[in-house]
Amino acid sequence: MAGNNPTPTEYIRHHLQNLTLGNHPENGWSLAHSAEEAREMGFWAIHLDTMGWSIAMGTLFICLFRKAGKAATTGVPGTLQNMVEMVFEFIENLTRSTFHGKNPIIAPLALTLFVWILLMNSLKVIPVDYFPELFARLGVDYMKIVPTTDPNATMGMAIGVFCLIIYYSLKVKGVGGFAKELSFTPFNTWLLVPFNLLLELISLLVKPLSLGLRLFGNMFAGEVIFILIALLPFWAIWLLDVPWAIFHILVVTLQAFIFTVLSVVYLSAAHEHH
Amino acid sequence: MNINMTLIGQSIAFAIFVWFCIKYVWPPISQALHERQKKIAEGLDAASRASRDLELAQEQADQTLRESKEQASEILEQANKRANQMIEEARGQARAEGDRIIAGARAEVEQEVNRAKEELRTQVASLAILGAERVLESSIDEKAHRKLLDELAAEL
Repeated sequence: MAGNNPTPTEYIRHHLQNLTLGNHPENGWSLAHSAEEAREMGFWAIHLDTMGWSIAMGTLFICLFRKAGKAATTGVPGTLQNMVEMVFEFIENLTRSTFHGKNPIIAPLALTLFVWILLMNSLKVIPVDYFPELFARLGVDYMKIVPTTDPNATMGMAIGVFCLIIYYSLKVKGVGGFAKELSFTPFNTWLLVPFNLLLELISLLVKPLSLGLRLFGNMFAGEVIFILIALLPFWAIWLLDVPWAIFHILVVTLQAFIFTVLSVVYLSAAHEHH
Repeated sequence: MNINMTLIGQSIAFAIFVWFCIKYVWPPISQALHERQKKIAEGLDAASRASRDLELAQEQADQTLRESKEQASEILEQANKRANQMIEEARGQARAEGDRIIAGARAEVEQEVNRAKEELRTQVASLAILGAERVLESSIDEKAHRKLLDELAAEL
């Protein structure tokens, strides 16, 4: 635990604070040493831990799958290759059953989303004190290792998916077609165009929000519970921690799966003509 | 939990990872999997083809065996027939040869008998003349009685 005998509130706050590098109005570009400083930095700041861990997980994904892909032979597959192929086929089937257009980008996109989010979520089962404590000894104040408990990370990915939705809507339907779809569904009459537009724009904008916030909400809530459990006396922690961690094996996979499926479904809708 | 540049950073990271996956991760795995699928399908195909071939070959072998058995028995039968024929022929030949030998011997014997008779005839004539000379103790005109005696000898 950081500091000397922090109160539970301080402990929880500390564990939920990202390592922030930003342009502080007084200190200039520096690491934030408190939540207030981080807040004062405003938008021009970056969470080093979120970025670092998410890029690390992404790189791990790329390396693992690249390695398996390069070593892939038509012969009997090894363990790593088997695992990679299982995930690969799972995603391929998922895309084939959900996405009805022809777009070679969708399946790799889904694979990246699924494995990347799965890996980032999986960081959660590492006991909550390990990395903050380790980095505190190295002189780093904050270290929140699960990137998906940071809304910036989940919303960042959701915005990426949103951009693709807009791009493919415009590409497949054309600007006119997309505008027409927004104006004339669900009610196909001139009278209700403003109403339709309002409805459709909201539903369009809600897509990335629901994607990003669902993942963030689930992960963040789980993380808070882990931190709360960690406040118990050391001999009682495992009693709650173990069932919660086992439960989270399900949550971690499920949330990665939901994010992936919804992205594919949204992109599929973007490809469809009405 | 402030919204800040991390949002953009994460979007960029997302784009890069997706691009990398599309470019370098997806194609080799996909290719390998499809190749393996093809290979397995080919293997299964080959196996079924081979079993069909085996069946065919077995059938052919059976047929060949049956044919050769038939042929063998035919040949055996023919050989038996030929052997019987040869024995029959040999027997006939032997009989003919025997008959020929017997006939030859018989002719020879007859010839011998005739020659002996001839010899005897000539000798009988001279003996008779000698005998008659002795009996008559007189010289008889050989030329006059020769004819008579020759006639006598011919009657033998």
